[in-house]
Amino acid sequence: MPDQLIFGMEVFLNGLMAGVLYALVALGFVLIYKASGIFNYAQGVMALFSALTLVGIMEGQIPFAHLINAIFGTELHHFGWHVPGILAIVLTMAVMVLLAICVQKFVFRHLVGQEPIILFMATIGLAYFLEGVGDLMWGSEIKKLDVGLPQGINLAIDETTFGWFGYGFFIDNLDIVATIIAALLVAVLVIFAQYTKQGRAMRAVADDHQAALSVGVSLNFIWVMVWSVAGFVALVAGIMWGTKSGVQFSLSLIALKALPVLMLGGFTSIPGAIVGGLIIGVGEKLFEFAIGPLVGGATENWFAYVLALIFLVFRPQGLFGEKIIERV
Amino acid sequence: MLDASDSYVTEDGRTIGAVVMEMKNITLRFGGVVAIKDISFDIREGEIRAIIGPNGAGKSSMLNVISGFYNPQEGQVFYKGKQRPQMRPYQVARQGIARTFQNIALFEGMTVLDNIMTGRLHHTKANIWQQAFWKGKAEAEEVANREVVEKIIDFLEIQSIRKTPVGRLPYGLKKRVELARALAAEPSILLLDEPMAGMNVEEKEDMSRFILDVNDEFGTTIALIEHDMGVVMDLSDRVVVMDYGQKIGDGTPDEVRNNQAVIDAYLGVAHD
Amino acid sequence: MFYREAGDFKTSYREDNQTFPIKFDRYRYYSVMFAAFAVVPFLINDYWVNAIFLPFLIYSIAAIGLNILTGYCGQVSLGTGGFMAVGAYGCYKLMTAFPEVSILIHVILAGGVTGMVCVLFGLPSLRIKGFYLAVATLAAQFFLVWLFNRVPWFYNYSASGQINAPERTIFGIAVTGPNTQAWATYLFCLVIVTVCALVARNLTRGMQGRQWMAIRDMDIAAEIIGVNPLKAKISAFAVSGFFVGIAGALLFAVYLGAAEAGDSFGITKSFLVLFMIIIGGLGSIFGSFAGAAFLVLLPVFLKNVLVGWLGWPTDMAAHLEFIIVGALIVIFLIAEPHGLAQLWRVAKEKLRLWPFPH
Repeated sequence: MPDQLIFGMEVFLNGLMAGVLYALVALGFVLIYKASGIFNYAQGVMALFSALTLVGIMEGQIPFAHLINAIFGTELHHFGWHVPGILAIVLTMAVMVLLAICVQKFVFRHLVGQEPIILFMATIGLAYFLEGVGDLMWGSEIKKLDVGLPQGINLAIDETTFGWFGYGFFIDNLDIVATIIAALLVAVLVIFAQYTKQGRAMRAVADDHQAALSVGVSLNFIWVMVWSVAGFVALVAGIMWGTKSGVQFSLSLIALKALPVLMLGGFTSIPGAIVGGLIIGVGEKLFEFAIGPLVGGATENWFAYVLALIFLVFRPQGLFGEKIIERV
Repeated sequence: MLDASDSYVTEDGRTIGAVVMEMKNITLRFGGVVAIKDISFDIREGEIRAIIGPNGAGKSSMLNVISGFYNPQEGQVFYKGKQRPQMRPYQVARQGIARTFQNIALFEGMTVLDNIMTGRLHHTKANIWQQAFWKGKAEAEEVANREVVEKIIDFLEIQSIRKTPVGRLPYGLKKRVELARALAAEPSILLLDEPMAGMNVEEKEDMSRFILDVNDEFGTTIALIEHDMGVVMDLSDRVVVMDYGQKIGDGTPDEVRNNQAVIDAYLGVAHD
Repeated sequence: MFYREAGDFKTSYREDNQTFPIKFDRYRYYSVMFAAFAVVPFLINDYWVNAIFLPFLIYSIAAIGLNILTGYCGQVSLGTGGFMAVGAYGCYKLMTAFPEVSILIHVILAGGVTGMVCVLFGLPSLRIKGFYLAVATLAAQFFLVWLFNRVPWFYNYSASGQINAPERTIFGIAVTGPNTQAWATYLFCLVIVTVCALVARNLTRGMQGRQWMAIRDMDIAAEIIGVNPLKAKISAFAVSGFFVGIAGALLFAVYLGAAEAGDSFGITKSFLVLFMIIIGGLGSIFGSFAGAAFLVLLPVFLKNVLVGWLGWPTDMAAHLEFIIVGALIVIFLIAEPHGLAQLWRVAKEKLRLWPFPH
């Protein structure tokens, strides 16, 4: 088998795994969008915030230590204890639920019925706010996150592929775990949205919130729930990405990775998010592999967007979106 | 029977001219749903032509075909004697067909004056450079347009709300502003989609008076959709009746009123 | 009482069409212009120009540009940073390729080039709407920055990958390069801002502006009453790109002096300008100025108070700025979607009645 093809296969596999993570982040968007019509730009910052909080809790950091020190002239840093990973994750989830309640209470309850684009811009404001709070609360230096996920090259795959092709694929254990967890989570979310009572209520709200209100669905509850679920998705994504490349500002940029996935898959479609994620994950890795060296590299920065843009011009509703019939 | 080019004078002394628009065998489908099925009728210059029918009969779709928003799968539209090719709605508007909407479609972020001024679009020739520096045609046209618009504002008695943002107006006034915007285009055919929907009796009387006055003073040809039978019968010269996408009657109000198919459609018919 | 419009009657439509129909406004406008042109240049020093006046003037142009596209025509763009980069790199290429031509021409041409690029990325707006389009403009942002970083022709193969503005003069006085005087750069930008603002005002008060607003408020209805959506949207992208390009060119050539696409024209710049028009007021030229002033002054103010006065570390001031800006965006969107411009109108309304309650 020619070398190029074998390298290409490796790239393809890596792309597929990246794609599952994109799909996971995109799913967070789709859930909120379906239930509330809000296109949540802050999703990426929520991942950053949750990862920061997780590290902070595990390390026993005192929140807002810098601020307190600056105001009162104290020298606070840590409580001096370490919290085990699982407990810290649970506590972080509690923080995310609290955040969901605050977001609903202070922001979006006041924006019900506004145009989608206004809501979108509000989430950009929310993203800025949350980023500032996260940094102020936990400090902005790069942190290491280790909740016990396996890392490093997967030797089994390396050896097997070496036996097949005479070339060992480099595939990170973390990526494999991330892919499995993401795939599981995607499945759970789909089941949740399709088959549970809350999921049904959520879809009802998405369809017509006044009608849902009139049959006794609590809008407030559904929206808080949806934001909590999105917080959960953000937390999972934050753990994966944070473990991989450290908890830092660039983590919030995964939201930017998920946007073209959404455009491709359609904002309202769960299968769209999954398929779109895979297409973009594989597409950008293969493009960088094949074309990148010719044009100076780092094409991953824009490939997904340009692909989605070209695609949308020909199919404005995305892969799985419903065809829009305009009426007067 | 009249020929397409004939004209006649009505009882109240208005002259109805030749056929200005003719719909021939129009069929419109949305996927598998047939909204309009093989309908033909014509509109004469200077007349008030009504399209009536029960809910879902395809009246609004018909109006949308005339204004170019939907393109029918079959059939032709003849306008001023020529077959109209497939067009975008803004091209149709440019030919002199203006309309109002069933659910008011005003530009909520703009003032009443600006809304009506938009209707003058086709009477503005200044290019973007002239507008950028407010020189040459731009300023002169703006003033000329304003004069026309002010006449319409006087005519429809909305002087006091000239500079109010449209979003703040009550329903009835919005309908009037929408009519003003359509009139500002000085159209040769004016399409009114349920101009009196949701109005009380008094407002309906006002609106009827405006419609008659527009027709009388400017000689504008009007095609309208309306639910209120009394209003339709009083206003219009000729009526098309639609039901389930098909034409079931066409003629003067009196003819239509006595048409068995129309009576059946409106009152229901015993199936035995 | 203080603010009168009663008794100020118009006898022709021309008078009613003025930019400032009310006498009081007109005089205030004249006095602001007088101060800006004839008083400020004598009072300012390097610190004031570099910290406040230049960024304020330059971002005002960018905000006007984005406001035309977003505030007037309703097409949200997140690609402003990338388009400013086009202006900057365009201006740089022109400055180095044709050193004998006036910098003023270069800046205007850079605006023109940006207008064309903006139209190119605006073409999808005919098919896609709302935040689909907003996300699509991110494609422009990422692609353009990548292009200017990776294609050496754009930075004239310089080793650092940066572009540096050579010295250029107007009437023999340096306005770019290292040896500029505060008042010269200030006046240069002020003249361009004034012309841009007048052009923007003329376009938005006439038929062109009405077409844009019609598309913004209800695109389908606009098309049915005769607005050609293609022309309206494309012209908005072109005009917006023109202004944004000029702002980018000035930001690079006059203000920064040296630039690198990723640092100077990243996505944060797109958001900064977007925030300016949200806070200042969507669909208002005055709001563009107000928003630019606000977001230029806020960091300066925070830095002076928190770092200079309270002695906090700089990074905390930066975090606090994020929090404040983010919160303000949300608050403005909830409470006053028309921004500072609307607050100003309300204040005028109050002043007119003062001291009587009604």
